[in-house]
Amino acid sequence: MFPLNKKAAAAAVYSIYMDKLIVGIAGALGIVAVHWFFFMKKTKETIANGPSIDIRVEGGYSPESITIPVGKTTILNFTRTDPTSCLEEVVLSDFRIRRQLPLNQKVPIAITPQKTGEFTYSCGMNMYHGKIMVR
Amino acid sequence: MPITKKTFPIKGMHCASCAITVEHELRKIPGVHEASVNLVNEKATVAYDSEKVTDNILSSTVASAGYEALISHEFEEEDKEKIMREKELSDLWRKVIVSLALGALIVWGSFPVLMSFAPAFLTNPWIGLFLATPVQLWAGWMFYRAAIPALRHRTANMDTLVALGTSVAYVYSIVITVFPQIVSVTGAAPVPYFDVSTIIIGLILLGRYFEAKAKAGTSEAIKKLIGLQAKTARVVREGGEVDISIQEVIVGDSIRVRPGEKIPIDGVIESGESSIDESMVTGESIPVDKKIGDTVIGGTINKTGTFIFKTTRVGSETLLARIIELVEEAQGSKAPIQRLADKVSSIFVPVVIMLAIATFIVWFGIGPEPRLTFALLNTIAVLIIACPCAMGLATPTAIMVGTGKGAEHGILIKDAESLEVAHKITAIIFDKTGTLTNGAPEVTEVIVFGDVPENEVLRLAASLEKGSEHSLAEAIVKSAESKGLLLGATEKFEAAPGYGVSGIISGKSIYLGNRKLIERAGISVTMYEKDIVKLEEEGKTVVGIGIENRLAGIIAVADTLKSTAREGVAMLKNMGIKTAMITGDNERTAKAIAKEVGIETVFANVLPDEKETLVREIQQAGNTVAMVGDGINDAPALAASDVGIAMGTGTDIAIESAGITLINKNFTSVASAIQLSKDTMRTIKVNLIWAFGYNVILIPVAMGILYPFFHTLLNPILASLAMALSSISVVSNSLLLKRKLYPHK
Repeated sequence: MFPLNKKAAAAAVYSIYMDKLIVGIAGALGIVAVHWFFFMKKTKETIANGPSIDIRVEGGYSPESITIPVGKTTILNFTRTDPTSCLEEVVLSDFRIRRQLPLNQKVPIAITPQKTGEFTYSCGMNMYHGKIMVR
Repeated sequence: MPITKKTFPIKGMHCASCAITVEHELRKIPGVHEASVNLVNEKATVAYDSEKVTDNILSSTVASAGYEALISHEFEEEDKEKIMREKELSDLWRKVIVSLALGALIVWGSFPVLMSFAPAFLTNPWIGLFLATPVQLWAGWMFYRAAIPALRHRTANMDTLVALGTSVAYVYSIVITVFPQIVSVTGAAPVPYFDVSTIIIGLILLGRYFEAKAKAGTSEAIKKLIGLQAKTARVVREGGEVDISIQEVIVGDSIRVRPGEKIPIDGVIESGESSIDESMVTGESIPVDKKIGDTVIGGTINKTGTFIFKTTRVGSETLLARIIELVEEAQGSKAPIQRLADKVSSIFVPVVIMLAIATFIVWFGIGPEPRLTFALLNTIAVLIIACPCAMGLATPTAIMVGTGKGAEHGILIKDAESLEVAHKITAIIFDKTGTLTNGAPEVTEVIVFGDVPENEVLRLAASLEKGSEHSLAEAIVKSAESKGLLLGATEKFEAAPGYGVSGIISGKSIYLGNRKLIERAGISVTMYEKDIVKLEEEGKTVVGIGIENRLAGIIAVADTLKSTAREGVAMLKNMGIKTAMITGDNERTAKAIAKEVGIETVFANVLPDEKETLVREIQQAGNTVAMVGDGINDAPALAASDVGIAMGTGTDIAIESAGITLINKNFTSVASAIQLSKDTMRTIKVNLIWAFGYNVILIPVAMGILYPFFHTLLNPILASLAMALSSISVVSNSLLLKRKLYPHK
């Protein structure tokens, strides 16, 4: 009798908790996945060939990370194809530049970095980020 | 023959006869084919030959009839953008109306109390699906449109949250509508949440609409400055005057300006005189009288007279262009206070998504029945309530409005950091000459002690100082020239900065300078001490002139105080800021001037290169120091201080070493600049507290933290209302800065 009772009890517990268990495990995996997806990404660096580099603005900046030389003027050509209002402005605060990016128009921004290092830039609300590596 | 048609507003018309007069005058212009003036909308429409008729001809004709034509020359680019923006806004508004209207119908058919009054068809979930779909896929498309490309970059934003939240509600509702029996298994009632998805979209779009309108206001000041730039100039050429585009004007061109016209570019008046309103550039409200030899600033308005001026600066070199560049740069810089907000907002959205998942797990796992409903609604509430935008907007909008407000008052702030530091200033050091005083000293007395006559003493002094640019030297030379004295040549000229000059004139050694210089030359001044002290106590600078081995005489030079100096210093003292004066002058003269202005501490006999050290010493005593100077002679001291404030001389702005440049000569601007910094920082702090507090308090509430104690939950619709209000309130709070008056009364 006893083994049977145990089995029945287990079945009852199983039926009550099964859905919670599945939701719990799936949710925990979901949290891990979100963390991995947003925080563990590696950005590919693009090295500027020549005095200018084109940056497409759609859901972020492509290429996201660019490498440019120190002491030389590099022109970043931003072209926004994404109507999202967040991306309307680009802010390169290390270079004291805040510029409007009209839709589908090439906006050249010239910068002459004086020191090496990593500089981030962002949209006006700091939601989208790009990186400038100065070497 | 190129025919152009243009419509422009006319100001000053009151009756039908006014309109007829304007119309009549416009038709008389050779080259105008057609002209009609509408009194109701106060606009004129003119068709003309653009080779013969210019905007200036049109506006001067209207002006001659006694009215004002507001012709915009920069119609193309600016307006195209404006039209696009307006179209975007009207599209957004349409989406708001449709979403809220359809949402209201769904609420009517699904809300417990209202349902009983609703027509039967509205309570049908299929009708709900039919009404909610355009809202989700048409009005709400912009959220997906933003979220999907962002996901491709593995980033998330505000739109990701809204897209996720509303999609959860929408998809769940579809499932309920199509397979109502599915959820019955979990014990939840098969209720769709189309009302939630539609109203949330409607309210968030409404919030965006107002936010976009308010945000446009933050950059108003810079737009105003850009709008000041003239498009054409009337250049005087051989045989007449021609209107040419401002880009074609070169340095040296002579330009005529008539009453009421805008001065197109920087220059120096060659002939004529006038009163000029410079308030739009320098913030100085009283018109300035200008005559031959005076500088004029492009973008300012000529009030009364007609004059011709010679262009001195063009293009990006003009004062206005440099002001615009400076303000734009300041608006692109980041205040140190923003760093924390930046850190939080860059990880915010993914963290909120994780919290939303956790909310679902907890409510589904240990929540009361119906678990699924609670879990779902609370998850949606968490996704919707979170507002990263408010955090992102808190600092930059205030900096934009603050720097713009400054520019309107002639206060140019180099970067956000200077604006931030300025509110902490505890001590201000003023350079005396050219800052507290007008920097145009005049010789008041020449006293001789021997047999060399007064004019000869002055002549020798002036001969020695001829080449010097020191303001005292200029005063002496000017005085000698006004008396018609012939200056001689100097040999072996030597300058000792901070002391004076020496040289040989007609074979005699001449020394000109302060007490130290004279004594160093082995000449005693003790006999004449009484005369010197008397003049110094009157606030005059006394220069001794030694010929060979004896003191031939003394020259007293006095500089007039700036009219607003006393008021400006008093304002600073009222703000609890310590004031000090730094000068190369002797102690007595310095103290006399300090007393007149109301400055407490005096640092006299300071050599030019000692100023910087002194600034550092005052800093080390625990002060946040602002140094106020002319930005030219005291650049190292300005750079060493926490905030360098350069008082411009009207047209020259020395911005490199100064954090803040005051382009008007009004001394109260120093206090205004600090007050502006305080106001801006207060706005930023309120914004940040609001933005952070909002999220820190409301996200846990949306998660259901209050439920165990009060059985309170946050309805997702209320969450969307709160979210929409939070960014608007931050932007509006920043806009309140615009209402401040400087100096504070």
